Amino acid sequence: MGELIFEARGASYRYAGAATEAVSRASLAVPRGELVGIVGPNGSGKTTLLRLLLGALTPTAGEMRAFGQPVATWKRRALARRIGVVVQREEPTFPLRVRETVALGRYPHVGAMRALGAADHAAVATALARADATALADRWTATLSGGEWQRVRLARALAQEPEVLVLDEATANLDLRHEMEAFELAAEMVRAHGLTGVLVTHHVNLVARFVDRLVIIDRGEVLAMGPPAVVLTREAVERLFAWPVDLVHWRGVPQFVPLRRAERGASQEP
Amino acid sequence: MSRWAALGTLAVLALAAAVLVGPAELGPGDTLRALGGRGDHVTVAIVRDLRVPRALLAFLVGGSLAVCGAVLQALVRNPLADPYLLGLSGGAGLGAVLVIALGIGGAWAVPAAAAVGAIAAVVLVYRLAVVAGAVLDTRILLLAGVVVGSFAAALVGAIMALSPAEHLRSALLWLLGGFDAASWQAVGIFGAYAVVPLALLVRESRPLDLLSLGEEPARFLGADVEPLKRRLYVAASVLTAAAVAVSGIIGFVGLVVPHAIRILWGSTHRALLPAAFLLGGALLVAADAVARTAFAPLSLPVGVVTAVVGVPVFAVLVRRWAS
Repeated sequence: MGELIFEARGASYRYAGAATEAVSRASLAVPRGELVGIVGPNGSGKTTLLRLLLGALTPTAGEMRAFGQPVATWKRRALARRIGVVVQREEPTFPLRVRETVALGRYPHVGAMRALGAADHAAVATALARADATALADRWTATLSGGEWQRVRLARALAQEPEVLVLDEATANLDLRHEMEAFELAAEMVRAHGLTGVLVTHHVNLVARFVDRLVIIDRGEVLAMGPPAVVLTREAVERLFAWPVDLVHWRGVPQFVPLRRAERGASQEP
Repeated sequence: MSRWAALGTLAVLALAAAVLVGPAELGPGDTLRALGGRGDHVTVAIVRDLRVPRALLAFLVGGSLAVCGAVLQALVRNPLADPYLLGLSGGAGLGAVLVIALGIGGAWAVPAAAAVGAIAAVVLVYRLAVVAGAVLDTRILLLAGVVVGSFAAALVGAIMALSPAEHLRSALLWLLGGFDAASWQAVGIFGAYAVVPLALLVRESRPLDLLSLGEEPARFLGADVEPLKRRLYVAASVLTAAAVAVSGIIGFVGLVVPHAIRILWGSTHRALLPAAFLLGGALLVAADAVARTAFAPLSLPVGVVTAVVGVPVFAVLVRRWAS
């Protein structure tokens, strides 16, 4: 395993007033140049784990490291020069044009007041092109459809010129095409441009098609970590979703099929 | 003509008009000579010691209120926010009315009491809105501002109801805001208090853009969200408290000027803050000129003029923008 981008060592987090830990003794590693999926059902602690990895939360126990240092020692701007994040929800308070919102991806590089230079405008143009959002550049963000808005936010993360691209349920409310497009873009950034990618989602089948490594989270614990073909077993998926499934293979990648009640026991023991 | 040239021209015209007009009917030639220090000494005094500092003070206060409004709207992510929203006006009003009702004299008693009241309200609201030890919750900030403001307003009402009539009138006029007490001293003191917070707020232009996306996106784009929110809140509060101290409570400018600029120019704060400063300043200078001449020798509260003129203009802008 090469240089580690993210590393969790027995990290736990408990929200103030919560009875149980949202993340419990989680250990995982994201090596440079890999595409990693973090999967689990709703409420499993995926997003909390991601916030710990990104230093937005401080673990109540254990250790989180980013680029070899404790993540808490990173300045936010320095981290934002290396990591671009697309979060699940975002509602701008005031109308912005697409080009303006993508240009905000240059903040980690230019700071609070300096005007954008030629290199910044080039980065914005490249990011818009890669995310297939160039045609949207002069639109107001409020007029965008869900899929267009997602491409714009992907473009903004790319405008940060990051080493790591993180999608946190960024596609959860969108249809299949937009989710596939976002994952294809992330995969391309990893394969062709040397980025490291982290995809957080509950769509296990889809993400298994793309990633080198899956981290399976259930009830705040890391259930398994490894290549999809290894960790995506019937037992793991059934435990994860508390529902019987059958497992098929598509080009070497396991894909699960949820079983109807009448189908249980027909092809397998329950 | 570029948009900046247009705004600059508007500001200069407003300042010039404010110096040229007034209850003392001076000709433009006499006024210009007096500006240069020539002519009879009454005219010189009217122009140089009354009209010029009054116009400058109105400009600085109007610009500051507009900047504070823009900043607070981004901070609490609510387009209805204005500089007085966070309990500040209530606290300032309580301090001022208390001093007026007690009959405490001295030119600086009322402004000082207003500033103390404003800062006390700000501290109280801030304490209420800091949750879990360190996080400034902007939704609670909004609510705390409203309830602290309401509480102070209730006390103001009680004091005014129990005050003799002559105090009542001066308290009411103070609450409506105005520049009757303008002087070079006031310009100097306000300038001294305003320059640091203004510079600090303008310096945070791009972080304000990030913050209006939401706290989480802002953090992942590189903003240090918690220290940023605290700096913005403290700077905007100090600036507004200084404005309240020298001019009372002037509504409308801080709420509407930022929206007008957003509609005309867009929402990025590097342009929005300076543009709002110029437009807010020009608007308040012009409104003050109207306020003191329209019914001369009586004068209207300047906040009444800003609202009467500004609301229709703003309504037209909003309609145009919506379609």
